[in-house]
Amino acid sequence: MGSAREPSWLLWDTVLPMLTLSAYIYVYKMMNAPREFTGFVIVGGAMIAFWLNVLWDMAAQLYWEKETGNLEPFLMAPISRMAMLMGMAIGGVFNTTLRALGIFIVGALVFHVEFLIGDPAAAALVFVLALASLYSLGMVFASVFLMYGREAWHTSHLLQEPIYFLSGFYFPVKFLPFWLQVAASAIPVTFGLDAIRQILILGAGLREVSLHVVALAAFSLVLLFMARWMLRYMEDHGRKEGRLTLRWQ
Amino acid sequence: MRALDDVSISIRKGELFGLLGPNGAGKTTLIKILCTLLLPSSGSAYVRGHDVIKEANHVRKIINMVTGGETPGYGILTVAENLWFFSQLYGIRGDVAKQRVKDLLETVGLSDESTTRMNRLSSGMKQRLNVARGFINDPEVLFLDEPTLGLDVLSAKHIRGYVRNWVNTQPEKTVLLTTHYMAEADELCDRVGIIHEGRIVACDKPSSLKTMVRDKSVFQFEIAGSSDYERLKAVKGVVGLSWTHHIESDMSTLKVVLSEQAAASEIESTLRASGSKILSITTPEPTLEDVFIHLVGKGLE
Repeated sequence: MGSAREPSWLLWDTVLPMLTLSAYIYVYKMMNAPREFTGFVIVGGAMIAFWLNVLWDMAAQLYWEKETGNLEPFLMAPISRMAMLMGMAIGGVFNTTLRALGIFIVGALVFHVEFLIGDPAAAALVFVLALASLYSLGMVFASVFLMYGREAWHTSHLLQEPIYFLSGFYFPVKFLPFWLQVAASAIPVTFGLDAIRQILILGAGLREVSLHVVALAAFSLVLLFMARWMLRYMEDHGRKEGRLTLRWQ
Repeated sequence: MRALDDVSISIRKGELFGLLGPNGAGKTTLIKILCTLLLPSSGSAYVRGHDVIKEANHVRKIINMVTGGETPGYGILTVAENLWFFSQLYGIRGDVAKQRVKDLLETVGLSDESTTRMNRLSSGMKQRLNVARGFINDPEVLFLDEPTLGLDVLSAKHIRGYVRNWVNTQPEKTVLLTTHYMAEADELCDRVGIIHEGRIVACDKPSSLKTMVRDKSVFQFEIAGSSDYERLKAVKGVVGLSWTHHIESDMSTLKVVLSEQAAASEIESTLRASGSKILSITTPEPTLEDVFIHLVGKGLE
């Protein structure tokens, strides 16, 4: 509803990210990198929209609700905290999918990206699992923000760029040194991004990305349970320390 | 620091109970514990027999809270959409919620603004919307934390009237109201608890509380200009005092509670001796503020 009433996001969230993506694409072109690298960057750019949504909207949602006075009515209501976060996640996925699609379509048209989608079902499965793991991670962050607010805000700042780098938003992670690849494998979006690129740009099928699928499913499950536990713990802890109602901390 | 210290109160079903105290007395802390937003470091609290620590979810089903000066909701949503949104946190059926939103907006005088975005409302209108939100789940127990804060006189009166009527017409409903407006507590509440530095120092019907100062003398001095009148506490017979400086008229109202009437003339001579120009001296009817001054030695302001 917010997006429909304030359509300026179309410019900020679709056209502006294209500037960064264009810079990478032109650098690759200048270096005579393989043609598929343009596709990699566009897919990475679309997925960045989800990462930013998770990091700044999903994770910080409860923090903002606290600062604007909404958190108290939320926490006083007899609703499941997980259901509340799920609702926020679904809203975030819907809005961000529109943004990501915008980036994807504009990028693909402007830079003439060639897609070799051999297995659309595998692409859909990987996309859903990638979002499930990413938004589960967002729920874990949300519980941290619930308790720590400003400190969590700094942590998010700290995470933004390293994750861009390690997850390979602008290049395939196989070019990273081994130990960095190991570190990158601790981030769910790395698997999602790599699998989606393989399916959409390189024409891979479910068999080639089966390891990615297993990893993403495992991430989703573990992070979802972790979010549930953390949320309960942080809420209890926050009630004890009076932090749930403490603003501008 | 202890926000609440050895507080023990019991509020009856169907009662409109007021908690009167100055800022920082512990009123909001008590309400937040009862609303399951805070855990007490020790002791226990129950709402309709449900433990707020162990049965928080049971408590949440039957309560709601309105905090003065707050504007929960989303600026981009309309007034009606915001109320509908909050109704859904309680799982209220769509048609019931729609009707309730309509009725509540009529009650708080916001029917004409139902399609206005919340960010375009005035502060007073936002507060009225906030009050409507508190009634959206038709709670059994309603907590009102300074609900008329920031409202103009007429709007505040309207809200008070609605709350009083809500309890009168539905005897199963209970309201706990915190305020630092004495008139509000006096006019609205069946019983009032006076809270000071985390302790309940008195609790009774407003009329019964006022009998505490029946044998005391209350004098009100209108004085030109302002000064620190704290030194008058040293006068023999002074139980407590409070004063307010009215900036617009540059006048001060000094209220003193005396254990013996004779002390008034000593206060008068002390004031004159210090150069204060006394404009009038009256002996007003005892108020809850006098009770507060009597109990803690200073006023609510």
